[in-house]
Amino acid sequence: MQETWIILGATSSMARAFGRALAERGATVFLAGRDMEDLKGAAVDLAARGAARAEAVKFDARDPGSFQPIIDKACATEGTINAAVFVGSMPPQDEIDRDPALIEGTVIDSYTGPARFLHLLAPEMEARAGGTVVGVGSVAGDRGRIGNYVYGSAKAGFATYLAGLRNRLTRSGGHVITVKPGFVDTAMTWGIEGMFLVADPADVADDILKAVNRKKDVIYTPFFWRYIMLIIRAIPERVFKKLSV
Amino acid sequence: MLWKTTEYSGWGNALTATGDIARPERAATLARILDETPAPAFGNRRSYGDAALNDGGRAIDMTRLDKIIGFDPDTGVVEAEAGVTLTTLMRLFAHRGWVPAVVPGTGFATVGGAIAQDVHGKNHHAEGSFGNHVKSISLFTNGKRVTASPTRNKALFRATMGGVGQTGVILSAKLQMKPTPGTAMQVTETRLADWNDQIDALTSSTATYVVSWIDAQAKGDKMGRGILEEAELTSADAPAPDRAKSVPVNMSLFSNGLFARVFNEGYFRRVPATGRSSVKRLEEFFFPLDKIRNVNRLYGKKGFHQFQCVVPLDAIDVLEEMMHKVSRSGLASPLAVLKRMGPDRAGMMSFPMEGYTLAVDFPNRARATKLIAELERMTAQAGGRLYLAKDSLAHGDAIKAMYPDWSDWAAEVAKADPDRTMVTDMVRRLKLRG
Ligand SMILES: Cc1cc2nc3c(=O)[nH]c(=O)nc-3n(C[C@H](O)[C@H](O)[C@H](O)COP(=O)(O)OP(=O)(O)OC[C@H]3O[C@@H](n4cnc5c(N)ncnc54)[C@H](O)[C@@H]3O)c2cc1C
Repeated sequence: MQETWIILGATSSMARAFGRALAERGATVFLAGRDMEDLKGAAVDLAARGAARAEAVKFDARDPGSFQPIIDKACATEGTINAAVFVGSMPPQDEIDRDPALIEGTVIDSYTGPARFLHLLAPEMEARAGGTVVGVGSVAGDRGRIGNYVYGSAKAGFATYLAGLRNRLTRSGGHVITVKPGFVDTAMTWGIEGMFLVADPADVADDILKAVNRKKDVIYTPFFWRYIMLIIRAIPERVFKKLSV
Repeated sequence: MLWKTTEYSGWGNALTATGDIARPERAATLARILDETPAPAFGNRRSYGDAALNDGGRAIDMTRLDKIIGFDPDTGVVEAEAGVTLTTLMRLFAHRGWVPAVVPGTGFATVGGAIAQDVHGKNHHAEGSFGNHVKSISLFTNGKRVTASPTRNKALFRATMGGVGQTGVILSAKLQMKPTPGTAMQVTETRLADWNDQIDALTSSTATYVVSWIDAQAKGDKMGRGILEEAELTSADAPAPDRAKSVPVNMSLFSNGLFARVFNEGYFRRVPATGRSSVKRLEEFFFPLDKIRNVNRLYGKKGFHQFQCVVPLDAIDVLEEMMHKVSRSGLASPLAVLKRMGPDRAGMMSFPMEGYTLAVDFPNRARATKLIAELERMTAQAGGRLYLAKDSLAHGDAIKAMYPDWSDWAAEVAKADPDRTMVTDMVRRLKLRG
């Protein structure tokens, strides 16, 4: 079966690992992001790792004009069209507190930008009657808390969007997976205090691919975050509001 | 954050360092670091001692710079960033007909680390060391990016192969892989009754891959007994992989003499007296320990030392005497190997020499370090040398005397890194840069 994947935010280490896993099973991959130099190197890397074809394409969540050309390119290929969304930005909450204007960019990067992209792609997926969307959210979207509630609320919005999209695409044989990673060992978390149980990006990518194969709806990765979040969500608001977790 | 302050160690866990580590994920980030604050690089820190440590200073973790830059299926030449691991190369290319020409006993070794220690594999006697198959490297040295190869910037190239990172940061390398008929190994295992059996078998074997396990606890007329492993690449089908295992916490099993004796007895008897032949997966043959994550925790919290020497062919008596001392001490862990080496080496500080190499693990204890000092002295007396990828205890003067090209190397390094930005704990301990 021929499969084409668009990876949004392809320079992130989770996306890189996921792209490699796809390449090793012979997929065609469009690596979308802003750092074209890194993406071009990544495309060569994926081709050497077995991708049928790998190409770097310019994507900027804040520039909707960059969306359609990517979709056109992907739609020129045969087989299923799939997308994996790894974009998002998380300015430190204290910077946001000083400069609330940062909220808008965070929401565009983490929610409305990718949602708009997926909305452009959805009709094509419906026409082809299949395909999978992987949407990477965050456990931060499960409950608003003092440390990162702007980012968290954007990811919560994205998760709700994905649930709706799932409801829509199911009708045409498509599928949507919401992925909620816990702490992942990436350049973003490197050296940040308070990280625990950090997961290797390659293990996260493995989990995502398994979820794709098994048509899961919502996964936490590593799996135990489901239970951690279950507990965190179970704390009554009256108590939670006084905590700093 | 770019820099993370952390405590870290080599594979043996006996030596540790504290310092700032950067782990760039993009070439551009690395370029910026190297321009602003050049620092020594490391790979997966599979070197046992302090080769990859820089206490109180900075170091660059290269493992996330792991892109394949090019692969030619017709020639088997692959170009890879320094952080690509050798097990990755094997997994990606074996089914397309190519394997890395040389791999050490762990697949976690990176391309950069394999070059910087000029590592050897079970085929050293037949196919040389890792550096013998490096076509060229891209090196950040003395503030700029330079290409070096056996024909271009020759001296720099020879100082970098086995040069423990002192000429600069290896960014990427072009490697000539070797053709393979399939993705498995045909392996023959033969029991060896004693030391003489070992030496006869290692000398007369004609296989491409040869190594032998030695029971470093066996005394008396069993001294030197072991199992010879001979292997060739094959197109036969290999069994499916076992599930990965992991050692969750530090426990001192391998530092326990009784455990080692019982384990060794079982390990020896596992192979029938008449020998046996089987097909194994590549990883199972080349990287047997890798399937147990954190296997080094089996030595407990204090860690361990690996002693590895090579002695020339005519010093076999000294090696036998060393082996007697090891077995009488009762200190050796079950992981001990003996191998015949060929003469090929790629760099001025490369370990290999024609002869026999012995590697034995010891727990990090006073009695063991005394024994290792004695073994170091005997190695020197035999005209042999110790391996920088394993060492954590040796003395600088002894090491320098073991490496005849040391002063040429030191001179080349002084040119390549005049500001001494690449100095590591090992270099300080052994005063390798004079
Ligand atoms: C279980 C086990 C089995 C082993 N078996 C063998 C064997 O059979 N044969 C053998 O030869 N060795 C063997 N080794 C040793 C191992 O192959 C070497 O230590 C190798 O260098 C490890 O690679 P690394 O990427 O972890 O390098 P590290 O240990 O991280 O670094 C090694 C050296 O290379 C330098 N370095 C690393 N990357 C770069 C770079 N990009 N640029 C410049 N310098 C760099 C470091 O500064 C350091 O001096 C074994 C080790 C283990 C743990």
